[in-house]
Amino acid sequence: MASAFSATAKFAQPLPLNTTSSARSQDKLSPPALFDPFRTSSSAATSPFLGSTRQLLCKSNRPLSHRRSSSSSAVVAVSDVKQKKPKSSSNLLITKEEGLELYEDMVLGRSFEDMCAQMYYRGKMFGFVHLYNGQEAVSTGFIKLLTKEDSVVSTYRDHVHALSKGVPARAVMSELFGKTTGCCRGQGGSMHMFSKEHNVLGGFAFIGEGIPVATGAAFTSKYKREVLKEPNSDHVTLAFFGDGTCNNGQFFECLNMAALWKLPIVFVVENNLWAIGMSHLRATSDPQIYKKGPAFGMPGVHVDGMDVLKVREVAKEAIGRARRGEGPTLVECETYRFRGHSLADPDELRDPAEKAHYAARDPISQLKTYMFENNLVNESELKAIDKKIDELVEEAVEFADESPVPDRSQLLENVFADPKGFGIGPDGRYRCEDPKFTQGTAQV
Amino acid sequence: MISAGVGGRQLGGDLAGAAVVVVVIPRRRSRSIQSTAAGEALRCGGGGIKNAWSLQGTRPAILASRSFSSAAKEMTVRDALNSAIDEEMSADPKVFLMGEEVGEYQGAYKITKGLLEKYGPDRVLDTPITEAGFTGIGVGAAYHGLKPIIEFMTFNFSMQAIDHIINSAAKSNYMSAGQISVPIVFRGPNGAAAGVGAQHSQCYASWFASCPGLKVLAPYSSEDARGLMKAAIRDPDPVVFLENELLYGESFPVSAEVLDSSFSLPIGKAKIEREGKDVTITAFSKMVGYALKAAEILSKEGISAEVINLRSIRPLDRATINNSVRKTNRLVTVEEGFPQHGIGAEICASVVEDSFEYLDAAIERIAGADVPMPYAANLERLAVPQVEDIVRAAKRTCYRSSSLAATA
Repeated sequence: MASAFSATAKFAQPLPLNTTSSARSQDKLSPPALFDPFRTSSSAATSPFLGSTRQLLCKSNRPLSHRRSSSSSAVVAVSDVKQKKPKSSSNLLITKEEGLELYEDMVLGRSFEDMCAQMYYRGKMFGFVHLYNGQEAVSTGFIKLLTKEDSVVSTYRDHVHALSKGVPARAVMSELFGKTTGCCRGQGGSMHMFSKEHNVLGGFAFIGEGIPVATGAAFTSKYKREVLKEPNSDHVTLAFFGDGTCNNGQFFECLNMAALWKLPIVFVVENNLWAIGMSHLRATSDPQIYKKGPAFGMPGVHVDGMDVLKVREVAKEAIGRARRGEGPTLVECETYRFRGHSLADPDELRDPAEKAHYAARDPISQLKTYMFENNLVNESELKAIDKKIDELVEEAVEFADESPVPDRSQLLENVFADPKGFGIGPDGRYRCEDPKFTQGTAQV
Repeated sequence: MISAGVGGRQLGGDLAGAAVVVVVIPRRRSRSIQSTAAGEALRCGGGGIKNAWSLQGTRPAILASRSFSSAAKEMTVRDALNSAIDEEMSADPKVFLMGEEVGEYQGAYKITKGLLEKYGPDRVLDTPITEAGFTGIGVGAAYHGLKPIIEFMTFNFSMQAIDHIINSAAKSNYMSAGQISVPIVFRGPNGAAAGVGAQHSQCYASWFASCPGLKVLAPYSSEDARGLMKAAIRDPDPVVFLENELLYGESFPVSAEVLDSSFSLPIGKAKIEREGKDVTITAFSKMVGYALKAAEILSKEGISAEVINLRSIRPLDRATINNSVRKTNRLVTVEEGFPQHGIGAEICASVVEDSFEYLDAAIERIAGADVPMPYAANLERLAVPQVEDIVRAAKRTCYRSSSLAATA
């Protein structure tokens, strides 16, 4: 098992251009003089994927490549993040307030998902429920850097993305219970969290389905700025999806178009190594997903997704890039889900040693350790947050329990934004003009 | 058409929530011209085209009903679509066009000719060959309030994007409980062209029309094309706009009203192209032309056929169809697509549910052959409905000879 891999290790896939390393010279296909900006070091291809349960090779530590530029002639894959060990307290990556915010968000995500599991086994929640335990660092690390107008598009594992973006816990819990006070009035469910106010654009059950939608949202941001001449339109969109999705055609189609049109989007791969029971290594010809970025003309970054601070650093750069109009970035976060794919998944195929390895790198504990070591907080402050979140989640459950189920008349509502979509009735008038017909106005 | 009486039947009661209850007197063998239809007689072919949509007293706010004399101007369907898209794009900067070859190539079928020069590459986007990708991008843009028009080179290619049309466009308003609507238009040629083979010839009307959350339109004439395209672009919901390649070059007379830039037709309303009293023939898109020709032939044999141009497949104008069948007591449905689970099947079911006592003959269903489209020209002719098939079926309903189902 990968014992050499520690929480703060950096793995380097350095890709300086035009090096004459021995690995490269083995490649007979291209003459050394040929400038190939998209070329990755072929030594990377021979080393096993870091998340694998196979033996890890020792990687040399290299500093963040400054060659990672936005010009298309020098796009490289980078998989290194700044050093985490600060020399003095002024070099800390976060302030105390930020630390508490991150901690609170991750604990909210964790407690909420644990409560979902409880509620599911008690029969209050039903259908497909996919929990996010263990991956909180990715959601918190990225989404906490966004403004309200930025958009998030997710998959079916979307509870925590919605929570991090600001959707109230009680609205999400009610939605899961199928009550009319849910964020989608009970019509969406676990896999379809939408919030116009917080710009959470779903919640999609099909993997890869959210990626083009996210690309479209990013397209809108650019369109509004350039065609509609709205000056402040620099909204960024984040698309979250998993490792299995990276083999899907829509992913590649959107990498191409996002880079082609330089859209303000960040493609965030939550590589938790498993697609239900299919290991990423069994499904993918080249398991290093971040390398697929440069193939389309955007930087590809690999980051340790169990460490919220590292994720946050990479996110800052990627989101900043997008906001400045420099185009998309592909960020591969190596993370892990502590529970099964869904609550119906017996989760028998994963090696317990692998689970233990990642459990030891729980992002919440890591952040705690970091904050204690750097004297940012004390025990009681964190305990206070824990208590607050517990109460919040309990209150959300109570709220959801007490909320009413949707009315019968809600069945036909919201099919169309324009209620005339039900056509002309037998009396020659629009059906929606009949007072007995439900109008379809949503009060969320 | 609402009156108290005996033996009534619930019309239009889709689900318990939509409690529209209408009780009607069963009228038998009524041969009089539809007098309750607001008294505006409709003629087609000789004179001008009247506004049939006002026939039942519906007055959409946009248009007033008035008759007008025959128009001198003729317009091809291609020009009608081009002008409609052009006018809507100039009226609203949020409307943009995306598809393969829509820009520099001037459109694969030249529907979008001149638009790139007029609006620039920011609003007329040539895409790579990535239906799933750019359809999804359109949906994402529509989520944020832009109004994309996504062109599929033919609707056969929409199968590569059907996940986005159904799952992220049609269902989003419902899943988000009305927070996020998708004002998108998917357009392109649908159905058989000439000799293009199995993979380029399928009619997708019934596929899309079975999905709640979509509006499905199928224009026939230039007036339909202009009015429905404008309505589709202005509509806040996803609209699938099924054109027909063979109709693009056909010319139809258009009135001054149609040419006005604020002209639009209501979605969900069929048009009675030709009034009649003996048999009702429903059709959409290219088949309307065939049905009109069949009606001509039938009229020479003493059968007066009423031709309904459906215009809107979803929502289907069941009211117009049922009223017509109650008048004529016989029905022939015509479509180009495959027969099983097709548009004709839905119309049959609707008429049987709502107007069963009025039927004097079994309903005849004309559809394409239940085979993938062959390539050979003579086989292709056999695989698509022809005018003779419609005539034969109409005669069968009138004489009630043998109850053979009608296929091509």
